[in-house]
Amino acid sequence: MAVLSEVIWTLFKISLIVGPLILAVAYLTYAERKVIGAIQLRNGPNRVGPYGLLQPFADVFKLLFKEVILPTNANRFLFLVAPLLSIMPALAAWAVIPFGEGMVLADINAGLLYILAMTSMGVYGVIIAGWASNSKYAMLGAMRAAAQIVSYEIAMGFALVGALMAAGTLNMTGIVQAQSGPFWHWFWLPLLPLFITYWISGVAETNRAPFDVAEGESEIVAGFHVEYSGVAFAVFFLAEYANMILISGLAVILFMGGWYSPFEGIPLLGPMFDWVPGLVWFVLKVGIFLYLYLAFRATFPRYRYDQIMKLGWKVLIPVTVVWLFVLAAMILTGFGPWFD
Amino acid sequence: MTTARDFFRTFFLWELLLGLKLTGRNLFARKLTVQYPEERAPQSPRFRGLHALRRYPNGEERCIACKLCEAVCPALAITIDSEQREDGTRRTTRYDIDLFKCIYCGFCEESCPVDSIVETRIYEYHMEERGENIITKDQLLAIGDKYEEQLARDRALDAPFR
Repeated sequence: MAVLSEVIWTLFKISLIVGPLILAVAYLTYAERKVIGAIQLRNGPNRVGPYGLLQPFADVFKLLFKEVILPTNANRFLFLVAPLLSIMPALAAWAVIPFGEGMVLADINAGLLYILAMTSMGVYGVIIAGWASNSKYAMLGAMRAAAQIVSYEIAMGFALVGALMAAGTLNMTGIVQAQSGPFWHWFWLPLLPLFITYWISGVAETNRAPFDVAEGESEIVAGFHVEYSGVAFAVFFLAEYANMILISGLAVILFMGGWYSPFEGIPLLGPMFDWVPGLVWFVLKVGIFLYLYLAFRATFPRYRYDQIMKLGWKVLIPVTVVWLFVLAAMILTGFGPWFD
Repeated sequence: MTTARDFFRTFFLWELLLGLKLTGRNLFARKLTVQYPEERAPQSPRFRGLHALRRYPNGEERCIACKLCEAVCPALAITIDSEQREDGTRRTTRYDIDLFKCIYCGFCEESCPVDSIVETRIYEYHMEERGENIITKDQLLAIGDKYEEQLARDRALDAPFR
């Protein structure tokens, strides 16, 4: 009986995470169209509902009612399994994300390792989708995406190593707690190069502009999901946007002090914001990073494929490796307010 | 020296930040979209939309079937047949414009010696059946009757420049 109630309670908590997450994905697509529209001096969607707020639902229902077309000679089983393989890790990784003090589904002590494992799994969905589609474009897109994700995983891994060195723990809650204090106590300052590296490789990991050669509309139509339609396509879409939110959330947890208020511990200003729950700060910070995703897409032209590889291997990885040594020295000498 | 400066500029993503600054400014700039069914873009009196055939104030149709418009039409969109009426004047029996062929260049209007064929400001029209793209003399005259006031005003506005 105790086991059953535990299972039900866990399922309830899972739905508390996945439900708002899917809603956030829906409204991220809306925000994307609004922000990019505004930057291009357009209005964005404004016809469905007030200010176009119901547009995401219209899009979702359209996709749900559309036919899933199976290409001739496509591997039927793998073709349908690929979207699931890509959505599964995108959702599973959220299990260890702390949204606030104690607000975490699974407070495991190897949280960061789990995140690394889960985000790496996503590439299987991409590769299998590209292969099972039996299409040149999908194959090329999958190859590009796989190479890109694998390369940037290394730079990203090194950046995460920096965060865990600074915090001295792999537990996500512990990493956030190691950053308690006002905004200059957070890890973004001592780990600035790693933070920037992490963010760049995070954008590359999710195959977003300017690293979107895997989808590259002008070159290979839509990349790995060119043959997908209807619900199967919607699932890929959901996975991509859930991953964007996940990468933003990770950036906040590892470098931007998670749920802590930026004014914590500052006299006068600090107590003024004491009533704001940690969850609100977390969501606000994630929102800033999500805006950066959209601003990047509206600002930067797509990288050439070889330039992406050059940036990943020849710039980002050396920078992170060098900074790990600097970081080690800072920790040993008890430098600044971070490592006392 | 410039190499060093370029290196540091590249390294600190300087150009990228400049780009983000530009798009960030645009984010709050005034939006230029015209919300079409509610708002409309302003039109010039010289706007070249759907065609019309005009009449004189006494009700007599202007067209004298000189076929200059048919001759000048670069898209061969105009087809005219004519005959002599009982009073000895020449009039059209058929005046068809194929709207699919027409490129709305306005040459017919320019060539017309009696200001008969004109292009109106109408730009919202559609066809539902095959063949409706060819509009006949009766339809053209009806459009002209309906919008005569506007057409006369627009011609008067443009008169000083002709």
